[in-house]
Amino acid sequence: MRPRLPVTLVAGLALTALFAAAALLSLVWTPHAVDVLNIAARLQPPGGDHLLGTDHFGRDMLSMLMVGARTSIAVAIVAVGIGMALGVPLGLLAAANHGGVVDDLVMRGNDLVFAFPALVIAILITAVFGPSAFNAILAIGIFNTPVFARVTRGGALSVWTQDFILAARVSGKGAARISLEHILPNIASLLIVQGTIQFSLGILAEAGLSYVGLGAQPPLPSWGRMLADSQTMISFAPHLAVLPGLAIIATVLGLNLTGDGLRDHLDPRLRRPS
Amino acid sequence: MTTLFTRPAWAALAAAAAMNASVALAAQTSITVGMQLEPPNLDPTGGAAAAIDEVVYANVFEGLTRYQADGSVAPALAKSWVISDDGLVYTFSLHGGVTFHDGSAMDAEDVKFSLDRARAEESTNAQKRLFTGIASVDVVDPLTVKITLSNPDGGFITNLAWGDAVIVAPESIEAAKTAPVGTGPFTFSRWVQGDRVELARNPDYWGRPVALETATFKFISDPTAAFAAMMAGDIDAFPNYPAPETLPQFEADPRFRVIVGSTEGETILSTNNKADHLSDVRIRQAIAHAIDRQAIIDGAMFGYGTPIGTHFAPHHPDYVDLTSGSAHDPARARALLKEAGAENLTLSLKLPPPAYARRGGEIIAAQLREVGIGTEIENLEWAQWLEQVFRGKDYDLTIVSHTEPMDIGIYANPDYYFQYDSAAFQGMIGDLKLATDPAERTRLMKAAQRKVAGDYVNGFLFQLARTGVSNAKISGLWENAPTQANDLTGVSWSD
Repeated sequence: MRPRLPVTLVAGLALTALFAAAALLSLVWTPHAVDVLNIAARLQPPGGDHLLGTDHFGRDMLSMLMVGARTSIAVAIVAVGIGMALGVPLGLLAAANHGGVVDDLVMRGNDLVFAFPALVIAILITAVFGPSAFNAILAIGIFNTPVFARVTRGGALSVWTQDFILAARVSGKGAARISLEHILPNIASLLIVQGTIQFSLGILAEAGLSYVGLGAQPPLPSWGRMLADSQTMISFAPHLAVLPGLAIIATVLGLNLTGDGLRDHLDPRLRRPS
Repeated sequence: MTTLFTRPAWAALAAAAAMNASVALAAQTSITVGMQLEPPNLDPTGGAAAAIDEVVYANVFEGLTRYQADGSVAPALAKSWVISDDGLVYTFSLHGGVTFHDGSAMDAEDVKFSLDRARAEESTNAQKRLFTGIASVDVVDPLTVKITLSNPDGGFITNLAWGDAVIVAPESIEAAKTAPVGTGPFTFSRWVQGDRVELARNPDYWGRPVALETATFKFISDPTAAFAAMMAGDIDAFPNYPAPETLPQFEADPRFRVIVGSTEGETILSTNNKADHLSDVRIRQAIAHAIDRQAIIDGAMFGYGTPIGTHFAPHHPDYVDLTSGSAHDPARARALLKEAGAENLTLSLKLPPPAYARRGGEIIAAQLREVGIGTEIENLEWAQWLEQVFRGKDYDLTIVSHTEPMDIGIYANPDYYFQYDSAAFQGMIGDLKLATDPAERTRLMKAAQRKVAGDYVNGFLFQLARTGVSNAKISGLWENAPTQANDLTGVSWSD
């Protein structure tokens, strides 16, 4: 019997898909323009002409949230991409040279990056190069690198001990080729799961940086900045803070559920005998 | 068993009740005033920060003359003065029996010391220009001092009312940055850095005694925290309350009084007149026509503020309403840009932290986008803003409120950060400095206003409103802000 998809995975995928769809849709259509302010129509409650109300500049909240989703997802995707592109090769390299000088160098370098609090370095980067979405991506991406390097190395080491690797070596394949042709496919599921988790952390990090004003700059809408801007208005216009807050929670929850679900689904060791 | 336990409990309750009663009594003679920025030091003669004066002006330090709540200038340490017919010699007679907080007497020697120190070559006074007209300060007798000017100056008595012109003592001035010693009705007691400054009533005050026994200035930079502290009663008054959007809530609550007045703060879209493109007056005019002032006042300040068309306070009698010359007209703005051949313009817009700048900046960016000017917004902290914009002049546009009174003279300084260099305007300000005839001064001030408006030096946005909140039982706080001050001398609780 085919194993049923776990509920958590379905729920997570559904939430994630919802926000991904909103972000994609915002590329071609939003209910209202987000770069035109209409001060006269500010602070409208949800319902009526604007489904989710308007913010303190009279911008449509639904449109803002859709474009905000795009900002968050774009930053997180690129940041995770940077982390994978740098971390996975490093991890493979370390595993292939297990116990050697290269392994030591790579892993101690990892420890070094890990030793710094990620957010502090992110603040440092934006302080030096100026706050922007691009610098936020860079900061989050750099701190994704050691995570992927470690996961890759750990997964690869256990694969390296398998008999078929021995067979591949006997047949004359070099370490690089074995890493690419045999190790990588066998740890792909591990990386996908880790990627999903890092993706949700990336969204949180972007929201956090934008909240303190170091992420995406106005006029580009961003969930974190929407939260920060609405702080003093929470008592009379709660939708300004509640909606972006819910969006962040739902997206992060969706991605975490997806990650957990994928791990349960893809990792044979965790699969319960039915 | 039970009686054994209840008796101490009753005693404790009674003690608690007694403590509560004493706290309630004490509350009537003490006040906690909220401020957004903490002063870098407490010497008003040695720092430019408005926060210094907001703590010590009129409370700890006094000058020969002083500003009053309505903006007029009244005698302070000087009882009266006589001006010679040629307008050059001012003879001040001082109040007798005035002592500094350290017990030493205040006399004409201290006045001479303070003014000579402020105008000296190596003086670090932030407003040295106030004293440049002084030729000499002479002590006639312990209670009479004679000041001779090199040219007649109609604004001299007002200059002496500034916080930068307060009278200090040579014995205590060295330590004034952390332990200010003045002649005012309050003595300095304690400064907990990062949190608060505490003042106590001066029992030996020479003037009318104040109602308050102690005053605490508490520094809360975050608008949300300011709102919470006010609502919780931790702060009794917040004269420059930073979150105008929450004022309707205080208005609806009988525990609070909302005080809306005027300030000397001309809020402007400062423009780097030497930057590429912006040196072209047509582009500056286009920016002026792209701006919808009312939308900025409503969107950034929630309706608090008065539109201005030049760098002058609307409540001043010599103000000229020039807003129609730069009325909101996007079509005209686009035509001007086309004429100047600058249709794909992108300008940097660097914004300091206050809400008027951050929110106003987003609105202005949208309004400029409407006429085809792109902006790159960069949010800066004050230190960065001072470094990059004010000193480095590395910017195209910024938004800031110029809160000094009567400061149109800054346009005569070609090195000032907007780098406006007009010989005609510099001539007007030069004439104004020498003019003593009121009609002539009015004519020159009006001409100066028209000149900066006609040259579209900056985008003139609005006069910053003073939005304050206080406990409804407090009276005597200033409604307007003719100068940067939180004068507590007339403040009292009603019960």
